[in-house]
Amino acid sequence: MSQFYTQTDHFVLLPGLLLTLFGCATLLFDFWLVPEARYKKLLVGWLIAAEAFTGASLYRHTTYLADNGLTELVAFRGSLVMDGFSIFFNWVFLATAVIVALISYRYLEIEGEHHGEYYGLILLAQSGMFFLAAGTDLVTIFVGLELMAISFYVMVGFLRADRRSNEAAMKYLLLGAFSSGFLVYGFSVMYGMSGSTRLSDIAASFAARDPWDPIAFLALATTVVGLLFKISAVPFHMWAPDAYEGAPTTVTAFLSVGSKAASFAFLMRIFLGPLAASREVWEPILIGVAILSMTVGNLAAISQTNVKRLLAYSSISHAGYILLGLIAGNDTGLKGVAIYVLVYTFMNLGAFLVIVALRRENIIGEDVEDLAGLMHRGPGYAILMLIFMLSLAGIPPTAGFIGKYYIFLSLMQTGHYLVAVAAALYVAVAIYYYFRIVRSMFVSDVSEPTPLAASLGMRVAVAVSAGLTLAIGLYPEPFLQMAQTSLIR
Amino acid sequence: MDPILFFIFAAVAVICAISLIVQKHPIKSALSLIGVMGSLAILYLLLGAEFIAAAQLIVYAGAIMVLFVFVIMLLNAGEEKSPARPSWFAKLLGIPLMIALLGILSYVIQRAAPEGSLAFGEYTGGAREVGRALFTTYLLPFEITSVLILIAILGAVVLAKKEL
Amino acid sequence: MNGVPLSWYLILSAILFALGAAGFMIRKNMITVFMCIELMLNAVNLSFVAFSRHFKTIDGQIFTFFVMVVAAAEAAVGLAIILTVFRNRSTLQVDDIDSLRL
Repeated sequence: MSQFYTQTDHFVLLPGLLLTLFGCATLLFDFWLVPEARYKKLLVGWLIAAEAFTGASLYRHTTYLADNGLTELVAFRGSLVMDGFSIFFNWVFLATAVIVALISYRYLEIEGEHHGEYYGLILLAQSGMFFLAAGTDLVTIFVGLELMAISFYVMVGFLRADRRSNEAAMKYLLLGAFSSGFLVYGFSVMYGMSGSTRLSDIAASFAARDPWDPIAFLALATTVVGLLFKISAVPFHMWAPDAYEGAPTTVTAFLSVGSKAASFAFLMRIFLGPLAASREVWEPILIGVAILSMTVGNLAAISQTNVKRLLAYSSISHAGYILLGLIAGNDTGLKGVAIYVLVYTFMNLGAFLVIVALRRENIIGEDVEDLAGLMHRGPGYAILMLIFMLSLAGIPPTAGFIGKYYIFLSLMQTGHYLVAVAAALYVAVAIYYYFRIVRSMFVSDVSEPTPLAASLGMRVAVAVSAGLTLAIGLYPEPFLQMAQTSLIR
Repeated sequence: MDPILFFIFAAVAVICAISLIVQKHPIKSALSLIGVMGSLAILYLLLGAEFIAAAQLIVYAGAIMVLFVFVIMLLNAGEEKSPARPSWFAKLLGIPLMIALLGILSYVIQRAAPEGSLAFGEYTGGAREVGRALFTTYLLPFEITSVLILIAILGAVVLAKKEL
Repeated sequence: MNGVPLSWYLILSAILFALGAAGFMIRKNMITVFMCIELMLNAVNLSFVAFSRHFKTIDGQIFTFFVMVVAAAEAAVGLAIILTVFRNRSTLQVDDIDSLRL
């Protein structure tokens, strides 16, 4: 250990290090193993082992913080931090990656692009998410962000023979690179203001200036453009429907949940750190963005016939809801953001899981009509989809209600009554299109009677998602405690 | 001496940038971008960033742009077919609007930027300083970057190879 | 005048950035659009190096280094994606690629 890589650095880095090493090992294993399909199961098993090790290191982090009574541990001279916030989000990423890996096996076999690189990319994207959520230096955050983004560009285009996948990857990459350009321009102005790339120094320089100072405003504006793109908030949401529809459905699931959660972690660190002093500037902007996101997301989802596109617009509206928690800004609001991200993870993954299960040979299974009569063909899946749709709409006793409850509570507590009313109205609008799917499943005539296949991985993944969606809704206390720990920043 | 050099190469950079967005054939755009990068490299030298200037020429102009030119050749990209003429309204409004925005931005920057001029020779950040920083303060991002490059290679192979 | 004021470099960076952004929105050929993004990243690099020189520290140059690496990685993946699009579609015009429109 040198003075530039100490014991503390190693300890804080451990999850990211494990993910990176296991990701590279996955690539090596895929190269060495005979490329037969049955050996790919070993790769999935290896990925689960990797996540187990990472989970163990995250658990060790939590116990270390609790035993020593610390709220955070700073490493790499202020570049990386280990606090409740980063641990919470890393658990979310871990759960996402495990579920996505479990359902990808059969799906990629059907699509005919079952390459081991996919599992390596999942692990390496997750390591990028780790650095994005735990980084406190502009350089670390930027490199983590691009690590995650480039993995996703590749994964979205993974179905090489499918035109829609190519097009989705192209659009996602071009718009993603464009927004990265704005983001680094904002970073350059932040660096110019403070002379350092650490978030704490930048926060001090923002606090020392008037919030409406033109240079501070320029930094804020350009950074916010980049941030809003990553969470697919209006008016930078154009990439989301195309990318979600064209990408392989398992990648869409990973993208809609993992990338969004990581981007929100990044967004929270920036808004509550360097930009905290400029709240009077960005609060109105974010209110407008949140309302627009809910508007565009909910209204556009009504007319969609493709379920993936519908879920894309719905996730745009959910991004608006999560922003409301940040706008409220008090402890309840931040706790609401954390619990909403957790809840959103499982319910959105669940909805995509059911679509993946519908994918069979020669049948795409993505249109709302394909869900027709699901009650007769696969009643288990219909019930599960019902649970996920109820949760997405925010109806008790599912988890979605808990998330929305805390967001609304925080809005009331901080006096944003009009915003809360608008959000409540949009909940009603959302119920319409979620229930259109439910009605199609339960009421419509059977279009074809073939049964649905379900691999073991799929069953485990679906059980976990549905189980947690109901559990958080029925008994939210332990999860609220977990969200509370994420407030220590 | 410094302002003269700055003006010459800033003008070259802006002219090449305008040429990049105006030219019809992608190869001419690529050559314009190489022009921008070359003039920026001279500006970096003027700012004392010796290592970055060399890296700009070797990596950016010498590798990335070569990759672009190679792909243009491979795909036999022809001239861009403009489908319909952009409306005269857009052209009438777009260019003055952009100039106005840039004017406001320049005024703001002029007012807000710190005093003092940057003379050549007062500070040089050469390979030694960059190397020292990369392996001490910025060790973590440096190592993550290696994974980033791995993913780029992996992605390029997975996406573009005919038979995997 | 012996040196060049910092604001001149920043203004040049802003001009190049704006030109890149404008080009991104105007152009129709995928490769040209991607090159406009590279122009934007170059403008940001200039801004970083200028600030680094102003503060007489090396941090800005380090960030420039990382932006260059990221641009290289994105270029590699982006051109691979453009290749696959071309292979399946035989066109490079962004407007002609519309299988995902509603």
